[in-house]
Amino acid sequence: MSDKQLRAMVGGLDGFIFDQIPWTTPKPLHESRVAIVTTAGLRVESNADWNIGDQGFTLIPHDAENLTLAHFSPNFDRVGWILDKNVVFPIDRLHEMAEEGIIGSVANTHISFMGAQPDHTLETIRLDSGPAAAKLLVDDEVDLVLLTPV
Amino acid sequence: MGTLASVLEQEGFATVALSGVRGQIETTSPPRALHCDFPLGRPLGKPNEPEFQRDVLIEAFSLLEEPAGPVLVDYPISIEDDADAPLSCVIPPSDTSDRNPAASEALGLLPAWRRTQKKYGRSSVGKVITAEQVPDMLDLFIRITDGESWDKVGFPGNPIKIAADIKNFYEEASISLNDNPPSARSAESWFVTKTLGGQTIQTARIKMKEADVDFDIWYYLLPVTQHHEGEQDSL
Repeated sequence: MSDKQLRAMVGGLDGFIFDQIPWTTPKPLHESRVAIVTTAGLRVESNADWNIGDQGFTLIPHDAENLTLAHFSPNFDRVGWILDKNVVFPIDRLHEMAEEGIIGSVANTHISFMGAQPDHTLETIRLDSGPAAAKLLVDDEVDLVLLTPV
Repeated sequence: MGTLASVLEQEGFATVALSGVRGQIETTSPPRALHCDFPLGRPLGKPNEPEFQRDVLIEAFSLLEEPAGPVLVDYPISIEDDADAPLSCVIPPSDTSDRNPAASEALGLLPAWRRTQKKYGRSSVGKVITAEQVPDMLDLFIRITDGESWDKVGFPGNPIKIAADIKNFYEEASISLNDNPPSARSAESWFVTKTLGGQTIQTARIKMKEADVDFDIWYYLLPVTQHHEGEQDSL
């Protein structure tokens, strides 16, 4: 099975559907403070490993070293991550764009959740961990969130 | 991920999501999404190609100019994977001890794995075991292929995580055995179809499936892209 066939297969899985899609009017990009929120299951050195069904999150300092791609699922390529963390977590690209004035600034704190959740309602993320993560981003004065999958 | 984007948008942030699975992003319909037809695990497309990654981000941020949503746009470039095209990789001479051939193979790969870790400073090995423990863990998977029950062989932790550590070890070793960086899933394909370590886990996985072991254990021992039931000879 190719990766494309796998993506077609999981594309048919259930997902949570909002009654109304929320919409926030963005600030101008060159004024926006940007954070990465990834569902790659990244882990900083001191954190516990991810387990199937975990809907919590972990904080990723912008200068974190020793990041591990610790997603529980084996169903994606991990070699790209070893070669270049930016292929999943494009922190260097954001810093370059901030230096060029394309974006306003890069947040100090970024966040990782873990995707491929067996509970497609994502109740914990919607009601608990998602809003808790949002609070931390507010504290860092983030305007714009770039979400990356894995 | 689409749901998470909507949760954050609802909290007052503008969000832009990169999408890897189009069906899912259509279902969850986040406010703004750029769908990238790239292999899973490489959402920015190409490792060590900053200009390409930057272009993906520029395209994604351009969605912020849309006056209303949801917005779903396809990035114009697709990238194919090599799940069915194993890396060409010469495995270093194995240890000559009396270990089983798969364990000897892993011992022979340790120097290459260490070179990768030194060069890139990252490893996905370590969920349960260290790289040095990979040969011993292959001994345990061999016992499953010989007919022992998975829960009697003495795994020091979750066998799914141990299998992931073994796969990651082989893939990371392969990086230092090639002049060119492996394309998406080519190292995975090499591990499962061309190495004794991969074939050991494949055979153990099928044995566990046939023994009606819990789905969540045998299913995640290898990527589903490499579940080649019916094609695998016993070791």
